[in-house]
Amino acid sequence: MTSTNFDPRILKAPHPVPGAPDNWKRFLSFNTDAKVIGIQYIATSLLFLLVGGLLAMIVRGELITPPADLVDPTVYNGLYTMHGTVMLFLFLFPVLNGLNNLLIPTMIGAPDMAFPRLNAAAFWLVPVFAVLLMASFFIPGGPAQAGWWSYPPMSIQNPLGHFINGEQLWLLAVALSGISSIFGAINFVTTIVRMRAPGMGFFKMPLYCWTAWGAQTIQLIGLPALTGGAIMLLFDLSFGTSFFRPEGGGDPVLYQHFFWFYSHPAVYVMVLPVFGIFSEVFTCYARKPLFGYKFVALASFGIVFLSLIVWVHHMFYTGTPNWMRILFMFTTMTIAVPTGVKVFAWVATLWGGKLRLTTPMLFCLGGLLNFIFAGITGVMLGTVPIDIHVGNTYFVVAHFHYVIFNAIVLGVFAAVYHWFPKFTGHMYYEGLGKLHFVLTFVGCTLNWLPLHWAGLLGMPRRVASYDPEFAIWNVIASIGAFILGVAAIPFILNMVSSWARGPKSPPNPWGAIGLEWLLPSPPPAENFEDDVPTVINNPYGYGLGEPQVADEDFYIRRAQEA
Amino acid sequence: MTSSDSSLQLNHTPGHVKHSGHNLTGFVIFLCSESIIFLAFFAGFTIFKLTSPEWLPPGVDGLDIKMPLINTIVLVSSSFVAYFAERYLHKGNLWGFRIVWLITMLMGAYFVYGQYVEWSNLEFGLGSGVFGGTFYLLTGFHGLHVITGIGLMGLMLYHSFRPGNYDKGDMGVTAVSLFWHFVDVIWIILFVLIYVWQRY
Ligand code: HEM
Ligand SMILES: [Cu+2]
Repeated sequence: MTSTNFDPRILKAPHPVPGAPDNWKRFLSFNTDAKVIGIQYIATSLLFLLVGGLLAMIVRGELITPPADLVDPTVYNGLYTMHGTVMLFLFLFPVLNGLNNLLIPTMIGAPDMAFPRLNAAAFWLVPVFAVLLMASFFIPGGPAQAGWWSYPPMSIQNPLGHFINGEQLWLLAVALSGISSIFGAINFVTTIVRMRAPGMGFFKMPLYCWTAWGAQTIQLIGLPALTGGAIMLLFDLSFGTSFFRPEGGGDPVLYQHFFWFYSHPAVYVMVLPVFGIFSEVFTCYARKPLFGYKFVALASFGIVFLSLIVWVHHMFYTGTPNWMRILFMFTTMTIAVPTGVKVFAWVATLWGGKLRLTTPMLFCLGGLLNFIFAGITGVMLGTVPIDIHVGNTYFVVAHFHYVIFNAIVLGVFAAVYHWFPKFTGHMYYEGLGKLHFVLTFVGCTLNWLPLHWAGLLGMPRRVASYDPEFAIWNVIASIGAFILGVAAIPFILNMVSSWARGPKSPPNPWGAIGLEWLLPSPPPAENFEDDVPTVINNPYGYGLGEPQVADEDFYIRRAQEA
Repeated sequence: MTSSDSSLQLNHTPGHVKHSGHNLTGFVIFLCSESIIFLAFFAGFTIFKLTSPEWLPPGVDGLDIKMPLINTIVLVSSSFVAYFAERYLHKGNLWGFRIVWLITMLMGAYFVYGQYVEWSNLEFGLGSGVFGGTFYLLTGFHGLHVITGIGLMGLMLYHSFRPGNYDKGDMGVTAVSLFWHFVDVIWIILFVLIYVWQRY
């Protein structure tokens, strides 16, 4: 493409949102700019990663010795329930919505989300339900104790008889979180479907957007079912109905159906965006095109579809009829196909590439390795006889933490590092980043690998005391957990100091392909404003010499001169 | 491809006003999602009715169908009335729109009133087994939607008096009448499940 020395378009200065304070205070205000909201989400959720992590440290501290000596068993029930809830609803969902806010508009060349005010409202619900949930620590009877899945009859017992109780606050918080997620999902899907740059057909769209789209579709289909179940549970708890009370003609298993119809796919709400992150990061640091781009893209929706028809595998051991078990065992196995397509594509992409082992690449490689391992234990759990044997043991706990922490959270860290220069305008410190990676990888492996054995030997989950024969596994696990606690220090140090004083970042420090890298770092309020590039290729042309957009030189120069 | 035409417009209109055209897309997505809550309740109702050992609470032998039937007729016809109101608006007959729109609202209000009368004459409550629970849950949750719909229609009526209100199109009215049809369809399913099915 031709580019003369003087291009008048370059002179147009980016204009900020009128009336928005342009300093750090905007992060504390009802701001409608997706890039501000994205950082609000991410900062808030990382704070709650610390809270959830602290709860986990207490839990692991209790489990380092066989008897229940640190906290008593009721308190222990509250601790793991709140740990799980905080991690899912206050850390993982918000952090992913934060990434969506930063990445979706910039990756597709939109100026903002489709509904900026709805977007801000969705974010500001997070602190509201966070306060509700945290308040439950301070009321008589303490927080909810029925586990993160809140099964009746445990969850509708209300032993103290107060109208306001921990379980009720828990349900309200989860309901508000659902509303916030639905607001978010409507926004993300509309933005992706309606606001892509000229020329960006679906098969020229970055994979992060594909996976986010799939994930948000699950939210739209699944969350309302959980909301329906949660409303009924709240009525049982507080208004005297008996939907799930067997003594009143109700059926507690029905709740489990509502719950898992959403909560199995919810795993894919969390893991799909991380698949997207893997695809972006592997191609960038292996400098190779993504192997089988179209199949990887389509596999996202294969996963969405299948994830909606496997939920009963969580109920194999709770009185499910045999025909249903076999049916859902079969559907569960099929999900290995689209997932396998993706894993195969990543491995093929990495194969023979010249890998640049930056911090985000290390996190993604570690995450992929762990994900493959978790996939194997997952298939084991999907097999009815194995699940009946190890269901409700530490094997399950180890499996799902391998997915959720060792793969998903590692992927999230990778994304935070990879796009940190883009959205803060500063480089992070590579040394601290690598230290963070090493501590995290060692910590998470020590923490959950040994627990598989404890589970296979029969150690039950959700207990404060256990048989001394399991002690050795638990000591190793607790040491791993404390290493993870220490890993937070280099991470926080890195984020705070590099944002405050880190070297300035160029527009494209990694030589990456993607519309977001054609913007200045940090991007102006309206991203490309009036000059949205026309997309001509898919974003993974590494080493092929194909520009992603028409007139690419102009955009590169404009970003550099901003 | 829808993407390119909408994005081309993006290039030439400044600021955040440019994407108001996506409102309807967003609203339709919302309605699809909302319908799944009802689907969950319907599924719950069906399972309870099929499996519950004692369905009707003691002393209750079914629901009277006459009053709800009248209500059904009123609500279903109000959907058609809303459609005519929209037609008037498209033809630029503002007063025609306002009057017919108001009639829709009144029919909705009649429905809520009918529901209230029915509720106050029932001899069972929310706590009367799964029958009572699901009955009040379903009709109550649907009733909330009817009330919301009337509120939204009122808002649209109020907006219609604002000068220049339709300069950017009448997306709001389209969305609200879509909502009203949605509430209507949900009611039909609900009516069949709760009132018609009990006879068989
Ligand atoms: C900081 C590292 C972490 C440690 C040391 C840790 C440790 C634990 C432990 C010991 C349990 C109790 C298991 C049981 O008895 O059933 C647990 C449960 C759980 N954790 Fe973690 N965890 C960590 C991070 C996470 C993360 C990042 C998530 C999700 C985003 C998560 C989600 C859960 C959930 C959902 C439960 C189940 C709670 C329940 O049984 O109701 N954890 N965790
Ligand atoms: Cu599952």
